[in-house]
Amino acid sequence: MKSLAELEAIRKATLSRINLRKEEKGETTRVVIGMATCGIAAGARPVMLAFMDEIEKRKLTHVTVSQTGCIGMCRLEPMVDVILPGKEKVTYVHVKPEMVPRIVAEHVVNGRPVEEYTIGAAEKN
Amino acid sequence: MEIYRAHVLVCGGTGCSSSGSATLIERFNEKIAENGLEKEVKVIRTGCFGLCEAGPVVIVYPDGTFYSRVKPENVDEIVTEHLLKGRKVEHLVYTDHATHEQDANKALEDITFYKHQKRIALRNCGVIDPENIDEYLAMDGYKALEKALTKMTREEVIDEILKSGLRGRGGGGFPTGLKWKFTYNSVSDQKYVACNADEGDPGAFMDRSILEGDPHAIIEAMAIAGYAIGASEGYIYVRAEYPIAVKRLTVAIEQAREYGLLGDNIFGTDFSFNLFIRLGAGAFVCGEETALMHSIEGKRGEPTTRPPFPAVKGLFAKPTMLNNVETYANVAQIILHGADWYNSMGTEKSKGTKVFALGGKINNTGLVEVPMGTTLRTIIYDIGGGCPNGKKFKAVQTGGPSGGCLPESLLDTPVDYDNLIAAGSMMGSGGMIVMDEDNCMVDIARFYLDFIVDESCGKCTPCRVGTKRMLEILNRIVNGKGKEGDIEKLEELAKTIKSTALCGLGQTAPNPVLSTLHFFRDEYEAHIKEKRCPAHHCKALLQYVITDKCRGCTACARVCPAQAISGEVKKQHVIDPDKCLKCGACMEKCRFGAITKM
Repeated sequence: MKSLAELEAIRKATLSRINLRKEEKGETTRVVIGMATCGIAAGARPVMLAFMDEIEKRKLTHVTVSQTGCIGMCRLEPMVDVILPGKEKVTYVHVKPEMVPRIVAEHVVNGRPVEEYTIGAAEKN
Repeated sequence: MEIYRAHVLVCGGTGCSSSGSATLIERFNEKIAENGLEKEVKVIRTGCFGLCEAGPVVIVYPDGTFYSRVKPENVDEIVTEHLLKGRKVEHLVYTDHATHEQDANKALEDITFYKHQKRIALRNCGVIDPENIDEYLAMDGYKALEKALTKMTREEVIDEILKSGLRGRGGGGFPTGLKWKFTYNSVSDQKYVACNADEGDPGAFMDRSILEGDPHAIIEAMAIAGYAIGASEGYIYVRAEYPIAVKRLTVAIEQAREYGLLGDNIFGTDFSFNLFIRLGAGAFVCGEETALMHSIEGKRGEPTTRPPFPAVKGLFAKPTMLNNVETYANVAQIILHGADWYNSMGTEKSKGTKVFALGGKINNTGLVEVPMGTTLRTIIYDIGGGCPNGKKFKAVQTGGPSGGCLPESLLDTPVDYDNLIAAGSMMGSGGMIVMDEDNCMVDIARFYLDFIVDESCGKCTPCRVGTKRMLEILNRIVNGKGKEGDIEKLEELAKTIKSTALCGLGQTAPNPVLSTLHFFRDEYEAHIKEKRCPAHHCKALLQYVITDKCRGCTACARVCPAQAISGEVKKQHVIDPDKCLKCGACMEKCRFGAITKM
């Protein structure tokens, strides 16, 4: 027998799990990871798993993690796009799993891109 | 609980199951494990998506990519390309019937088939895993029950349903709220709620789909109904021919019990409610309410006269409230969003949405849910995609064996209970069987009457004997032995049966004959007077002839099973009508279009 509060908790937890099945209506934040051969070879899979872990830990309901192919800048892989609803796409390059918690905390949750990891910063060097 | 980055939804409805979706699920799991993706990708078996024509259907989220007619060998490609590398497999993507586009990035709701739909009863079908109560809960499941039990009085619940304008979706269209109210008003130590899931109409499968795709919606609604009328027990009468539905319903009831959503003192209130499943053996008459209740009691499934109505004396002689599956599927949403939300949709006297099962000569066979008042044309052409192979539309049969056939001139009728009755048919359970120029309307009437004669329980004479006599006349007509006066005799019998039969089955049995007589009387007359079937369908009135387009290739002569075709090589062949079996094999074989039906 579950109490009303317990049912509500199940509702919330399950919603975060099945939320990605809703059609995107511009309310979801999308994390898109380059997973072509170049990306995978450069270590994109651990990065993606790190994103999924972090999102689960924080119980974020409006974030989806998806993959995309090669966009041509293989030397910058692993590359990750973070797209907040209604905002410009921000592209991170040379992403490592240890960088993921900061990207999620500062950008996905608080909306402030981590400038030093972005493609803009990489191009300056 | 684990987060997955991608969900692969595979339709597990009866339609897609029969086109092999179970094998797909196995193969997906195998391939996903092989590629080490089992922690990232989850495969879920859902209920019906509605587009059965394109089955088996697979949707990959979060992209929302809609793959259709997926074969087991395609699974490898979807896993290695889409799931592993993020590249959509374009050539497997569903092709929109209206735009002929194969657009992998198109959202599901923008596809022409779904664009005109409004899914309330089918809201969770194809979205959630029906065997997982948590997913139903996440879609606001059991919130309506919570609201009813903790914030509403029994009278308020009934008022809300009354105000919503919801009418019985099983066919009759009786106001649901009134039924609830009558049962509420009956005084008794024990009352029952019951669910009619004995979907018997040929061509209707929405109830099955709801039970398969969203069983908890029915459980929740029945519990709400139980609270409102004061019943502590409910019965779901479901036909044994729906094994997947029965299984999922059983699982769902167990889960609901485990969570305390069925059982004693639900949510700590003094309301207790339990549900039981009873299997029907597939007798059409058991969809009639009194026969259904006799069957639940373990008696012979035969109707009895009303009154007393079930609201006064029903199951086990106690007041009983019986609703159809689709009716229940709307209840939780009405309680949750309010009667005004619901009655803002639809027409003046028919509110909300209705699910239709599209079948017959139509491109997109499947289930569609549209607001009441949508025209037949929108349903058949925009959503259904019209008749296949460029054939001309002739009629649509609505309402199953109790309904009628509507011709092209009535296609702009907005569909609701009253309009369909005015047009000479009825809503029925919502089956829509489309017929094209190749269908003979006399034969269609004969088909439905044949069904009725098979399914008549035999208790009352008009139905048992009357329909049999009508069938004999129709058989005579399609066999070319129709006589002057047959039409009048049919009409007389129809009138008598309608006014004297005991239950709904008999009272509506002549409808297919009457409506085809009304709209297609010329076809009956052609059969009887000219011994001709205008649709070239009735075998006895049909002749295959070889025209001068024949090149004498002998293909037809070789394929004929009766050796009825003769002729020299490179010369026009001839069919001997006495030997011809009218199987049509020669016509299919001919590459020159030289064989025609007359």
